[in-house]
Amino acid sequence: MKVQSIFAFLAVCTLGFGIPSDTDASEHSLILQSTTSTANSGLYDHLLPIFEAASGIKVHVVAVGTGQAIRNARNGDGDVLLVHAKAAEEKFVADGFGVKRFDVMYNDFVIVGPPSDPAHIAGLSDAKKALRKIAATRAPFASRGDNSGTHIKEKQLWAAENLNPAKESGTWYRETGSGMGATLNVGVGMGAYVLTDRATWLSHGNKGDFKLYVQGDKALFNQYGIILINPAKHPRVKASAGQRFIDWILGPQGQRAIAGYKLRGQQLFFPNAIPR
Amino acid sequence: MPMPDALLPASISGLTFEVGNRRLVDDAHLELRPGAITMIMGPNGAGKSLLLRLLHGLIEPSAGNIEWGMRARGDDIRQRQAMVFQRPVMLRRSVAANIDFALKLRGKTDTEARDRILSTVGLQDRAKQPARLLSGGEQQRLSLARALATEPDVLFLDEPTAHLDPASTAAIEDVVREAHRAGTKIVFVSHDIGQARRLADEVIFMHGGRIFEQTPAPQFFEKPKSPEAMHFLAGELVL
Amino acid sequence: MQDFAAAFIEAVNLLARADSDLLEIVGLSLRVSLSAVIVSCIIGFPIGAALGIGRFPGRQTLIVCVNALMGLPPVVVGLMVYLFLSNAGPLGWMELLYSPTAMIVAQTILVAPIVTALSRQVVADLHAEYEEQFRSLSVPTRTAVAALLWDARHSLATVALAGFGRAIAEVGAVIIVGGNIDHLTRVMTTAIALETSKGNLALALALGLILIVLALTVNASVAILRGASERHANA
Repeated sequence: MKVQSIFAFLAVCTLGFGIPSDTDASEHSLILQSTTSTANSGLYDHLLPIFEAASGIKVHVVAVGTGQAIRNARNGDGDVLLVHAKAAEEKFVADGFGVKRFDVMYNDFVIVGPPSDPAHIAGLSDAKKALRKIAATRAPFASRGDNSGTHIKEKQLWAAENLNPAKESGTWYRETGSGMGATLNVGVGMGAYVLTDRATWLSHGNKGDFKLYVQGDKALFNQYGIILINPAKHPRVKASAGQRFIDWILGPQGQRAIAGYKLRGQQLFFPNAIPR
Repeated sequence: MPMPDALLPASISGLTFEVGNRRLVDDAHLELRPGAITMIMGPNGAGKSLLLRLLHGLIEPSAGNIEWGMRARGDDIRQRQAMVFQRPVMLRRSVAANIDFALKLRGKTDTEARDRILSTVGLQDRAKQPARLLSGGEQQRLSLARALATEPDVLFLDEPTAHLDPASTAAIEDVVREAHRAGTKIVFVSHDIGQARRLADEVIFMHGGRIFEQTPAPQFFEKPKSPEAMHFLAGELVL
Repeated sequence: MQDFAAAFIEAVNLLARADSDLLEIVGLSLRVSLSAVIVSCIIGFPIGAALGIGRFPGRQTLIVCVNALMGLPPVVVGLMVYLFLSNAGPLGWMELLYSPTAMIVAQTILVAPIVTALSRQVVADLHAEYEEQFRSLSVPTRTAVAALLWDARHSLATVALAGFGRAIAEVGAVIIVGGNIDHLTRVMTTAIALETSKGNLALALALGLILIVLALTVNASVAILRGASERHANA
């Protein structure tokens, strides 16, 4: 009988800890649906404690990549949306799921690749030209393939050159359907070029022997936007807490905190909210 | 205390058990009266075990009638019977827990009763041991004790000592005799002629699914009514 | 190979200094998976036993279905639970999404079929052995089921451990319904996925090694409990 009582005790303990809901229904916390580059680069680890100290509000980050973040936000599973796909964000607001879109900060995309640089794109400052050379030499290229902000940017660049690499998907053009980090792992693993945002690249732990080849093109500009999920569509959205966060991040304190975040001496994100 | 008058006498007529086209028990007629140790004998494959299971209600007959002292069939009757199988089925618990299980089924949680029952089969020292670790003979004694714990009016035994050594066999037979003395009706299947001579008050002889005779023991062993029984007793292979 | 050595050192390091983040993640992993296993056993043992000894029309079909459910892909379960618990879904009002409770629910859905299917087999095997004796003793069904479950406890412990193995190792379900939120719903497997996506392969591997040690510890504990119960010579 002793064994039975031990198991009963364990059962009570674990169930007791598990069953009560531990999501916070009050406005002392909010859920931020976000792209991954801001999370994985360590920006939130720097930023959010400052906000929490100032407001007493804890920000829970669900970092899943732009496409999924927008989908989750449409379902009302969050309070604030922060991604980097302007067209998709504007549609989100136009469809009534978001209140208003604001610019928060920017950085840029870069193209990285294997030391052999088969397409000879080192040092180019014209991203479209670099992609044209990659397509021409059929050098391996690892794409996000997941309708993320990065993927959308990538598709825009190919389209501007009238190229359609998706036709050759599975040959030199490889669509991982994964996040930035996973795609970088794949690229490094197979020696393929990758278009990545600079923040993820700099903070990525598995660069292998890859080099950064292309940067500085205005077309590689990467804008991040923040939106309050519309409480009119989803009444359970914590509008007040969400708005406080947006006001803070767009305000002087938040913008300063963004600029103040450096990784190995390099600033990863550049605040560009319009002063209000 | 068992009151054999309640279930017995029992009258069985036309009892048949058929599988496919084969009649494994064929038109059996017999009487079960209180007081006698009834041995069912016959060669292997005679249908003795099947007959026992039919009487105990473990199998439904294809035809025929079993009339116990009480009219109703079903669980009521079976609860006042018990059976010891050829191979003992031990619960994966201690010796004592096996008896407790049977006692609890009849609404008794009395550890004193359990200890007493274990003593009658000489297993009181093994009370706390896992039942599965007992020897074959000890397991069968436990089986018997468990069956008797339910205080049955009728105790069926299906060749309980077939796989046991002489000492264990003797122990089992002693307990059976003791139970009989206390008033339990014994119906005992055996193919062991010596055992039958030791125990039987009357013998039912079966062969090929059919009952050839039901005879008081002294007469059966001296001069059985059927030639098949005679051949059997002579040690011949009865085909 | 460099990564393996670095991983091993990192793992020892994390354990030695009892890294607080690590302990938090380990604690949550155990809480979620153990809860899921316990609930699955509460559901699965009686249903498995009923399937094992019952005889009713449609039983075979039900058994085939339960067996097939053992192969439910975790990510599909995660998706389905998300759709239910989402604010846009029918159970959104419960506000369970992105909580450990949601993770327990998802893992229970994964583990319950395993416990049910395997306990059915265990009970059926034991029932075959006990059945005639039980009928002879006129054991009522409920008592029979309880007796079978208790007598099969060693095999059922193994069944529970199989369920635990499935739960502690999966990432697809908990990452969708939990959100892998730092200090809230991050468990071992989602942390490993995260570190891998950040390219911190040595750390990811280290966490993996610790996860294996965790599973070993749970299994060892059960074995010790079993030994103790056997020494008590059964109650």
